[in-house]
Amino acid sequence: MSNAVEPQTNPTSQGKQKKPFDLFQFLYKYGTIITIVALIIIFYIANPLFLQPSNIINILRSISIVTIIAIGLTISLSVNGFDLSIGSVASLSNAVVISMFIWYSQSTVIAISTAILAALVIGALNAFLIVKVRIPDMLLTLAMMFIVQGIALTYTRGATISENMIMADGNYATGEISNAFGMLGKVPWIIIIMLITVVVVHIFLTYTKHGRYMYVIGGNQEAARLSGIPVKKYKVIAYLLSAFFASIGGIVLASRVMTAEINAGGPYLMDAVAAAFIGLSVLGAGKPNAFGTFVGACLIGILANGLVMLSVPYYAMDIVKGTVFALALALTYYKMK
Amino acid sequence: MIYMAPTELKMENISISFPGVKALDEVDFKMETGSVHALIGANGAGKSTLMKVLSGAYSHYTGEILIDDKIAKIRSPKDAKKHGIQIVYQEVDTALIPYLTVGENIMLNNLVQDMDKKQWVSYSSIHQKATGILQKLDIQVSSKQLVSSLTLAEKQMVLIARAISKECKFLILDEPTAPLSQGETDKLFQIVRQLQEQNVGIIFISHRLVELFDICDEITVMRNGKFISRDTIKSISINQIVEKMLGKKLDEQFPKMEKIIGETVLTVSHLSDNKKVKDVSFTAKTGEIIGLAGLVGAGKTEICKALFGATEKVKGTITYKDKTFKNKNPKQAVARRFAFVPEERRKEGILVSENVRINLTSSHLKHFLQLGSFLNFKKEATVAKEMVGKLDVKTPNIETKLENLSGGNQQKIAIGKWLIADADVYIFDEPTKGVDVGSKKDIFTLISGLAKEGKTIIYASSELVEIIGITDRAYVIYDGQIAKELQTNKTTEQELLYYSTGGQ
Repeated sequence: MSNAVEPQTNPTSQGKQKKPFDLFQFLYKYGTIITIVALIIIFYIANPLFLQPSNIINILRSISIVTIIAIGLTISLSVNGFDLSIGSVASLSNAVVISMFIWYSQSTVIAISTAILAALVIGALNAFLIVKVRIPDMLLTLAMMFIVQGIALTYTRGATISENMIMADGNYATGEISNAFGMLGKVPWIIIIMLITVVVVHIFLTYTKHGRYMYVIGGNQEAARLSGIPVKKYKVIAYLLSAFFASIGGIVLASRVMTAEINAGGPYLMDAVAAAFIGLSVLGAGKPNAFGTFVGACLIGILANGLVMLSVPYYAMDIVKGTVFALALALTYYKMK
Repeated sequence: MIYMAPTELKMENISISFPGVKALDEVDFKMETGSVHALIGANGAGKSTLMKVLSGAYSHYTGEILIDDKIAKIRSPKDAKKHGIQIVYQEVDTALIPYLTVGENIMLNNLVQDMDKKQWVSYSSIHQKATGILQKLDIQVSSKQLVSSLTLAEKQMVLIARAISKECKFLILDEPTAPLSQGETDKLFQIVRQLQEQNVGIIFISHRLVELFDICDEITVMRNGKFISRDTIKSISINQIVEKMLGKKLDEQFPKMEKIIGETVLTVSHLSDNKKVKDVSFTAKTGEIIGLAGLVGAGKTEICKALFGATEKVKGTITYKDKTFKNKNPKQAVARRFAFVPEERRKEGILVSENVRINLTSSHLKHFLQLGSFLNFKKEATVAKEMVGKLDVKTPNIETKLENLSGGNQQKIAIGKWLIADADVYIFDEPTKGVDVGSKKDIFTLISGLAKEGKTIIYASSELVEIIGITDRAYVIYDGQIAKELQTNKTTEQELLYYSTGGQ
């Protein structure tokens, strides 16, 4: 093509630099944290019990599973991917780990390893179909979400697995969930697992070569490839890690409820997506990051807890969560404009 | 043939400015229907801009457009169409809807504009009309075929058919032959001749000078946004056209450095990519800057990418310092100390949303690690600061995001990241594209400096001035092949352009 002398589309910045105070930028950076502080104050005024240590622990416990799953999603987002199958993978891991105890009387280690392994198989399948077959991530993981949901249901034969359940042959199930496993879902372990996940992934994404490569791939895949970064390998790793953390989330969930309900992990998908997207803007990071995701999960958790205390019915909670999510998206996309 | 009185189109004193550039400066253009008129100029001469003015893409120009001596107000694409001026852009896919049929695509304008209050689409009449147009042009494509199943040449024909589905007096073809094979070009020329007989005036933009002599009646040459000459094609030769396109030389901005050219270290044999690149072989020495000269679309970028392993299914081998290999992917190329600064900077070269430091270290991160895989931020910052100083990058600091830097400074970063990687073979693809004059000079100095250090450099550019100015030896690329090897100090821009445009 002949390049006529046209204006080079110069970077848009120059005009922006000298503004004394940019309210939007400020809100973008600190909006989430200000909102959290404001919510805490409001809920405290409405009900002083809100800031009781027991309630704070309650909130942290309530967000721990969402956070763990959302951290996995954050990793897939960091390579500019997306993983909608995390909720179903959590359900599957939940079903597998419980069934290993109750149906097959396995040890804790074997039960947990099997659940993680099942999730990694799904992660590998996701990675293969996205990286090799080149199906758009959002669509593929949507399909995978249904498939895995179906697998989990089929595996449990559409029933809830619990101790002393009646088996197909009419006898009671004899397997028991080990005490050690039962600890995972209780305070303080559930909170410790969450915090370790957040810190480790934050270090991984921010301070290691691998994390840097993932962000570079997420920023510009072609530039990353031409810089000699093995793009495919890191995308595969991202989807494996995403499935891995979804599985951890499912296992912790299993320990918390000690049963495998139908599609138990499903509801965590939306909360995880919301947490990760709210986290994009925290402290102006502008990209998926583990700390931000944790803050996002906190915001959702505080909101849910506070509203329950204010006697807002639980069934109206999705309206609030959805609205917060939409606001976070508005903030992100308005900035990109 | 019935005689139809020709309509005359005149563009007088057309000027247009964009922030910082005067793209057109008092340009005159004149032609009649029933003739084929070539519009020629080097990259950036203003051909496309002039044609965009004519087709109503810009509204802020000055000057007048006259049709049969009556002033035609053309300030929008709709105005242009009203006066029977249609344009077929080079990027055919942007104008077509792939999952609709050929017929629907041809009749798209009618479908959109002539529907008014009608709610039902009559497909039989659409296909009937479209088939009529296809037959009139002798295009062998079914109206009911899906556009997505067509070849590029056929898509172009569909667009031409669409252009004449409405009243069409003047048809602008912007570089239609660049992506076509010889057979497809012949077919296109047949269609052009058909249209000519039907009293349509065709404005033909092309870089392939040779083919103009087959098809055109008149030729207008532009240079630097100015009108240079109008001649009948019979009264002019390729060499004369080339001279008019180039005009006087630009100011000297190329550094002259004393350097030693060593032994031949790089031998590329029979490189092909099954698409554009066909059996390319060349050699390069240490300290030597090899030019890949050629017009836009000649296949330079494809050769660079094939060398760097950035395209799949590349045939042929590379020999560097007695080792023969293939670069299967960019990772291998980087490991063999190749570096590649791609043409599409924002799309392929840099991370606009990341900062200077992260961009600079991205291709050599292993150099900045401690305790296994942990990043050494301090070392990163030190090296990045050094590089910013060395390249004279205008940036507030190394944590500034690249989207906030100018094109020239972004390009310096794109080059700088490979200086940190310390490669042996540097491949530059149009490194001065979209770069301001000052930064250009810095980039030339930088590249010459690398050669002086004994690196081997491959410099691909369609700016022939640059090929003459900076390279030691040049290979002229035409249609994915090496057309000619030339010693830079014994050649001229004229000669380069002659071979670049298909001269034998």
